[in-house]
Amino acid sequence: MNLLFIVLLPFAGALLPPLAGRLGREAAAWTAAIVPVLALLLALEPLLAAFAGAPMTVGRAWLPQAGVDLILRMDGLAGLFILLILGIGLLIILYANYYLAEDDSPGRFFALLLLFMGAMVGIVLSDHLLQLLVFWELTSLSSFLLIGFRHRSVEARQGAKMALAVTGAGGLALLAGFLLLGRITGSYQISTILGMGDIIRAHPLYVPTLLLILLGAFTKSAQFPFHFWLPQAMAAPTPVSAYLHSATMVKAGVFLLARLFPALSGTDPWFFLVGGTGLLTLVYGAYSALFKHDLKGLLAYSTISHLGLIVLLFGIDTPLAAVAAVFHIINHATFKASLFMAAGIIDHETGTRDMRRINGLWKYMPISGTLAMVAAAAMAGVPLLNGFMSKEMFFAETFHLAVLGSFSWFLPVAATGAGILAVAYSARFIHDVFFNGEPVNLPKYPPHEAPRYMILPVAVLVGQCLIVGVFPTLTVAPFLALASAAVLNGPLPAYNLAVWHGFNAPFIMSLVAMFGGILLYSRRHALFALHDRLFWGIEAHLLYRRVVHRLIDGARMATEAIDNGSLQRSVALLLLAAGLAVLLPLASGDSALAGDLPISAVDPVTLLGALLMMAAALATVFFHRQRLIALIVLSVVGLLAVLTFVRFSAPDLALTQLAVEVVTIMLLLLALYFLPQQDRPESPGWRRGRDLLLALAVGGGCGLVTWAILTRPATTIADYYLANSLPGGGGANVVNVILVDFRGFDTLGEITVLAIAAIAIYALLDRLCLAPGTLYGVRPRWAFERHSLVLAQITRFLLPLALMVAIYFFLRGHNAPGGGFIAGLITAIALILQYMASGITWTQMQWHQHFHKVIAWGVLLAAATGLGSWLFDRPFLTSAFGHYDLPLIGEIELATAMLFDLGVYLTVVGVVMLILATLALLSRRCVETGRCN
Amino acid sequence: MSHWIMAPLLLPLLAGMVNLLLVRHGPGPQRLVSLLTTAALLPVAILLLLRADSGEIVLYQLGNWPAPFGISLVLDRLSAMLLVLTALLALPALVAATAGDDRRGENFHVLFPLQLFGINGAFLTGDLFNLFVFFEVMLIASYGLALHGGGRDRVRAGLHYVVLNLIGSSLFLVAIGTLYGIAGTLNMADLAIYTTTAAVEQTPLLRAAALLLLTVFALKAAVLPLHLWLPALYSAGIAPVAALFAIMTKVGVYAILRTFTLILPVTGPGADVAAVLPAVALLTIALGALGALGAHRLTVLIAYLVVVSVGTLLAGISLFTVPGLTAALFYLPHTTLITAGLFLLAALIAGRRGAVGDQLQAVAVNPGNLLGGLFFLAAIAVAGMPPLGGFLGKLLLLQAVPPPQAPWLWTVVLVGGLAAIVALSRAGSSLFWRTEGEGVAGTGLPLPLLTSTVLLLALTVALTVWAAPLTRYAEATATQLLRPQETVEAVLGREAGR
Repeated sequence: MNLLFIVLLPFAGALLPPLAGRLGREAAAWTAAIVPVLALLLALEPLLAAFAGAPMTVGRAWLPQAGVDLILRMDGLAGLFILLILGIGLLIILYANYYLAEDDSPGRFFALLLLFMGAMVGIVLSDHLLQLLVFWELTSLSSFLLIGFRHRSVEARQGAKMALAVTGAGGLALLAGFLLLGRITGSYQISTILGMGDIIRAHPLYVPTLLLILLGAFTKSAQFPFHFWLPQAMAAPTPVSAYLHSATMVKAGVFLLARLFPALSGTDPWFFLVGGTGLLTLVYGAYSALFKHDLKGLLAYSTISHLGLIVLLFGIDTPLAAVAAVFHIINHATFKASLFMAAGIIDHETGTRDMRRINGLWKYMPISGTLAMVAAAAMAGVPLLNGFMSKEMFFAETFHLAVLGSFSWFLPVAATGAGILAVAYSARFIHDVFFNGEPVNLPKYPPHEAPRYMILPVAVLVGQCLIVGVFPTLTVAPFLALASAAVLNGPLPAYNLAVWHGFNAPFIMSLVAMFGGILLYSRRHALFALHDRLFWGIEAHLLYRRVVHRLIDGARMATEAIDNGSLQRSVALLLLAAGLAVLLPLASGDSALAGDLPISAVDPVTLLGALLMMAAALATVFFHRQRLIALIVLSVVGLLAVLTFVRFSAPDLALTQLAVEVVTIMLLLLALYFLPQQDRPESPGWRRGRDLLLALAVGGGCGLVTWAILTRPATTIADYYLANSLPGGGGANVVNVILVDFRGFDTLGEITVLAIAAIAIYALLDRLCLAPGTLYGVRPRWAFERHSLVLAQITRFLLPLALMVAIYFFLRGHNAPGGGFIAGLITAIALILQYMASGITWTQMQWHQHFHKVIAWGVLLAAATGLGSWLFDRPFLTSAFGHYDLPLIGEIELATAMLFDLGVYLTVVGVVMLILATLALLSRRCVETGRCN
Repeated sequence: MSHWIMAPLLLPLLAGMVNLLLVRHGPGPQRLVSLLTTAALLPVAILLLLRADSGEIVLYQLGNWPAPFGISLVLDRLSAMLLVLTALLALPALVAATAGDDRRGENFHVLFPLQLFGINGAFLTGDLFNLFVFFEVMLIASYGLALHGGGRDRVRAGLHYVVLNLIGSSLFLVAIGTLYGIAGTLNMADLAIYTTTAAVEQTPLLRAAALLLLTVFALKAAVLPLHLWLPALYSAGIAPVAALFAIMTKVGVYAILRTFTLILPVTGPGADVAAVLPAVALLTIALGALGALGAHRLTVLIAYLVVVSVGTLLAGISLFTVPGLTAALFYLPHTTLITAGLFLLAALIAGRRGAVGDQLQAVAVNPGNLLGGLFFLAAIAVAGMPPLGGFLGKLLLLQAVPPPQAPWLWTVVLVGGLAAIVALSRAGSSLFWRTEGEGVAGTGLPLPLLTSTVLLLALTVALTVWAAPLTRYAEATATQLLRPQETVEAVLGREAGR
């Protein structure tokens, strides 16, 4: 249970500093400090359990289907890291309390720091790969916010984005690696996986798994060539750097190597990949550190170098090297955290971090100076300090490499070389900053000693460097043994943590490094000049940014090239897809295209009609730039479709098509008023060729499909409709019964579509103001008054007649061709005639009805008819009918379907009239207000 | 007899028509009607979900005509889940609109419920032609909504959208005609019987119909290369409409899922679909990611992330296995809600930044810590970073991929995720960190918009916390989908199922 609280505490605690921050920075810092203190107290019991050899475990299910559970376990390695994370975290909080500037929001700062702390604690306590990954990515996310904390500076923003991209990419690789590991072992539980090393190493997926996991670890631990984000992350406030780059963020990568050491190590790929990367990073980092003039830049590259050292130790792949790696993790965390804090103090007191300006500080700040020098000496590996001991162990381990054969001299030499560089940059840190003459042009002068409580955290850590260096067996030994045993997941090798090992090879290497380093430093000016000449302008982070910018520009260009906003292109792609979809299966030759059914004889009239229709269709395409003519020819196609329906005995369809044709052509004619009468050719020839091919493919495809269907025998459920229309639906007109009864729900949907279309047109045009089409200087006139007295008079007489016809079609619809839809269209046509003959103004005066309401009542009536069947406990839209004898009129059939049909009728009338009125009003508004002229 | 299944259809239909009657009475009564009905949809949908979760497939025969002669409504786990999702999405979108966007044109409160009518109908119908009808309802209503607010960009994007989709509708009709021409029936379950027992000589026609349907649904879902309409339309629309449209692409995904598990199963005439879909899905992710990286505006970025999410969904679906479908169905609600939330958030951010709006360029105005925090959370969720649900969805997807396809799919999904991280971190940095140059602070934070945004983000967090029950449901749904005979039996009786 304790473990759960240790993880949750920082996350929950992160809520407090923003609240406390309102009371000031002190309050925020102290509330934040409570968290690691409490967590350390909670960690005592599990830590004792780990010492007792019975690690505590706690598990909670989260998403068992994906194998994601919450399993926490604190063994020796986790315990060691917990102490580092919480202990150093506590010191950082105390330090930051004095470090933060006035305009840094303390609440936000400490909240983010605690979030980050929680994520780190989560990583080390995870006994589950995927859960570890969750916390892993949380460290990337929270470090993004921490690095970008001072987001007004461009370096902070860029550093944050870079860190997130690099470590985020690593996290994704890690995810893939973990999933592979899960596939290999069948488990995500780390304690289980650690025991399955042999199975993993023998698996064919071992190398990809290893590569992916290493990618994650190396990006996080800033290994070459993914190191470049770390120096850029120095834009963070110094306490953040001190925390992230000593004990936490970058240590997550090496922690992972340590954690999975028993499962993945012990192979050639491991040795060469891990060892090689570590060595490269070690030397490269040490070399680069020497040439940084920025105090934090030097520390950043030295961090990279030391991480390389740790990685190299894991790569050497002997138990003793692993022990040395763990030891160096501890030592590096302590001296590097104190060095960063010292750098922060110097920055704070002098206002700059440029080592060419800050010189001779010792006399201004003797206490801080002494502490920093001791820590830097530990970094250099000076005897009697902790850095010396782990470095000696490292030197000793470089000799045990039989794998390299005749090249086995290489590693000790490279290690000594890196040692020389490390001494040189440490010497530079000490000598440049604290001696080397007087300060040059400091922003803050003279510098003072830092506040006592700012120095205290540094002193605590430097004290540890000393104590561990002098009395290793009394201090660090039990922790080291515990953690190393957990890393090795087996017995510990024999090692001796004595300060003096005798005059042996490692000691000689240390001596060479020491004197070589000092010599190198003394010759630094010549070296700097050489370096500047050789490597001027080669900066990995600049390269990265160039790549990212190229990538973004490339993405932008690619997107714009694909999505160029052309409707023609979208339509062409759609038609291409459709053409392929139809033609490819038909051409695949699974069976013959034509079926077995014989083709009926073609009579001359039908043939003529078909030819006419084709001609009209072609003519429409031919005249498509002259819109009026194209529209008229198009109506010929429509009328021929009507005749086709008549030819094949579908009077209902013919009637409907006829009425629809009339209404749409009339509305289109009205709309044409606003368009240019002619259109210039806009497409180049190749595009028209493409369009022709597409048209042939799609049209031909449809034709072929139709041919294939019509020549094949088909099953159909249509017979049911014929049989049940009269007895079940109460109507002899099967088409109408299908529309209002069998499939009445479709009709309800379709009249809704009509209604929405009318509303959408209204909404589009209601406030729109369009100029009439004036492409070639010809502006058609819009008539508001009637043209012809005769026409107007006749249409007025015609109106009642037309309405009678509509009613007639409506009433007989259920049993003979007709119905609400057709009747509605006829009514609409009659009303349109009034507009045409008598003008808008007059017609609007006569017709006060609000068309919106007609539409709404129509659909509501249809829906209500459907609802009525609920009263009789029948499904929606169940129809009922009956025959009644009425006096005078005689027998009459009443069906609920007719009510439904009435709804259809009203909707159709309302829709057509609303569209018409909208178009009419649009033109009147545009011309009358004159706004568009 | 239980009529609850009709409620998700009738409530919005009646609300839309009542609001049409109320057109001249100002926005007050209309708002009330829309809010009440949309709010009522949620308990109704949950009721139906509980029923479907028993494993029962509910059949409702409209007009009391037996299947396959009348139109069937079919409620199974999938449709119930999507009904709940639609209701969960619709309410915040509508509330957000009451911040004032609903008054920027006529008839918002008519079109909004009718849009829901179309979406719910598409999810519930068991009839292929009826699906077409609901696609039309959806299309026309969405066209009206997309134009809402007016302006050149909206009209242009809306025109492209409607022209493309009208062609799509015609193709849909051709496909339906082909199927009806040989099978003589429109009921999905009845078609399933026909297609699984059809004679060999019908195969080319069935395959053509399958691919044509895929084309039509891919257009709806905005799958490459038929996605070109989406970024313009979504980024031009007002925020509540863009948020509601987050479900629209999912209707296309739904139709693909339904068609190729039931009507034209990939084990039969839909085999081509199973062959084409994985590549198309991955290309969709890749191009969507490129679009997100190159976006100049936040809403365009989000729109491309919608494209990415569609690709991710289809990557899972294209496996046509229980784990693959489970992953997709788990991911679907999450990605829908979070992209919707992001569209609303973008409106809030744009409102604060004055004239610059959602352009990804620096201004002197910082939209504020609250919006910054919300954006950070939403970015994590939409990029699929831990610990939010997007991560779990991707995890399920990656786990579902069988070894042969794993290298491709893993690479594309993971690199696509990285692109999203890079794009979002750049956008966030420009919007919240790089406060420089000129600029005048915009309006405050409209409370309805803010509430809705927070609600949608909270829902994605809730989906993460209750990931286990959701996955269980998704798994049961996937299992049900891959046993189409259960649906056939439920619709046409036990005899037909055999």
